[in-house]
Amino acid sequence: MNGDLEEIWVYLSASPLLALTLTLVAYQLGLWLYKKAGSNPLFNPVLFAVCAIVLLLTITGTDYATYFEGAQFVHFLLGPATVALAIPLYQQLHQVRRSLLAILVAVSCGSITAAASAIAIGWVMGASSTTLLSLAPKSATTPVAMGISEQVGGLPSLTAVAVILTGIIGAMAGKGLLGLLGITDARATGIAMGVASHGIGTAQALQISSVAGAFSGLAMGLNALATAVIIPLLVRLWF
Amino acid sequence: MVGFFIVLLLCQLAGEVIVIASGAPLPGPVIGMALLFIGLLVKGSVPPTLGELSNGLLSHLSLLFVPAGVGVMLHAELLGNEILPIAVSLVISTLVTLVITAWIMQRLGARGGADQ
Repeated sequence: MNGDLEEIWVYLSASPLLALTLTLVAYQLGLWLYKKAGSNPLFNPVLFAVCAIVLLLTITGTDYATYFEGAQFVHFLLGPATVALAIPLYQQLHQVRRSLLAILVAVSCGSITAAASAIAIGWVMGASSTTLLSLAPKSATTPVAMGISEQVGGLPSLTAVAVILTGIIGAMAGKGLLGLLGITDARATGIAMGVASHGIGTAQALQISSVAGAFSGLAMGLNALATAVIIPLLVRLWF
Repeated sequence: MVGFFIVLLLCQLAGEVIVIASGAPLPGPVIGMALLFIGLLVKGSVPPTLGELSNGLLSHLSLLFVPAGVGVMLHAELLGNEILPIAVSLVISTLVTLVITAWIMQRLGARGGADQ
C-alpha cells in the first residue's frame, strides 16, 4: 500500500499537472478568504497563495524548478495579459487624454521618489551598497527592474524578490492608505498603484474600478521607461 | 476567441522583436500593449470578443503573479542579515511613493475633472 502511494507521488510530482493545480487551488483559497474578509486588500490572494505554496514545497522537499514546470503555464499568461491592458486604457482614452500632463509629471516624480527613497532609507538602515543598488529599481516591472539592477551593479535575483514584495505591499496598502489621506480620485489611486507597485498594484487597481485599472496599467508602462532613464542617473549622483 | 488570443500573442511577439532589435529598456509585453493600443486607436473601437477575452485575463491578473512570487523562496537567503534594512526600505519607500504620486496626480489632475 505504502509502495503504491509512493509510486503515485513519484509520478505526480514529475508531471506539471500537480504544480498547476496547486497554483490554482492556492489562489482560489486566497481569493475566497479575500472575499470572506469583505474584499479587504490586506487579505491579498497573491500573498496567501505564495506563502501556502512555499510552505507546501518546503514540507515536501520539492524544488522551485520542479514546481515551475507546471506553474509556467500560468506564468506565461502574464505576457498576453499585459498586452490586454491596452483595452481598459483605450476605453478610458478621453480621461487619459485630458490629464496627460498630470500623468507624465506624477509618474516622473513618483519614479524618482521610489528609487531615491529606497536608496536613502536602506542607506540610513545600514544596507550594503550592492543591496541599495538592487533595491533602487524595485517599483518597475520585473524584467525591467532586473535589467537595470544588472546594469548598475546590483544583484538581479535580489531585485526580483524586492519587486514582488513591493508589488504586494503596494497592493495591500494602496487604497486604504490613500483613502486615509482623503485621496479617493480613481485616476490618482490608479497612477499611484501602477508607479509604486507595477503589475501587482495594477491587478488590485482593476478590482477597485476600470478607471483605476486603466490608469494603473498606463502608469506601470510609463514607470518602466522612467525608471530605466532615472536610475542610472541617480546612481551616478549617489555613489 | 482564438483569433483575438492570436492578436494578443502577435502584439507581444512584435513587442519582443522590437525590444531585441532596438535594445529599448522595456519588456516586450509593455511594447505589445502600446502596439495594441495604437491598433485600437486606428480601428476606433474594441471588438466585443476581444473585450471579453481581456476581461477574463485581467480579472485574474493577480493569479498570474503567483509562480513568480513563489520564486522568492529561491532567493530568501539573499535577504540574509540585511533583512531588516531591506524590509524597512521596501515598506516605507512603497508607501511614500504611493502618497507622493497620488497627491501630485490629484492636485494636477483635478483641473480636468474626474468622471468617477
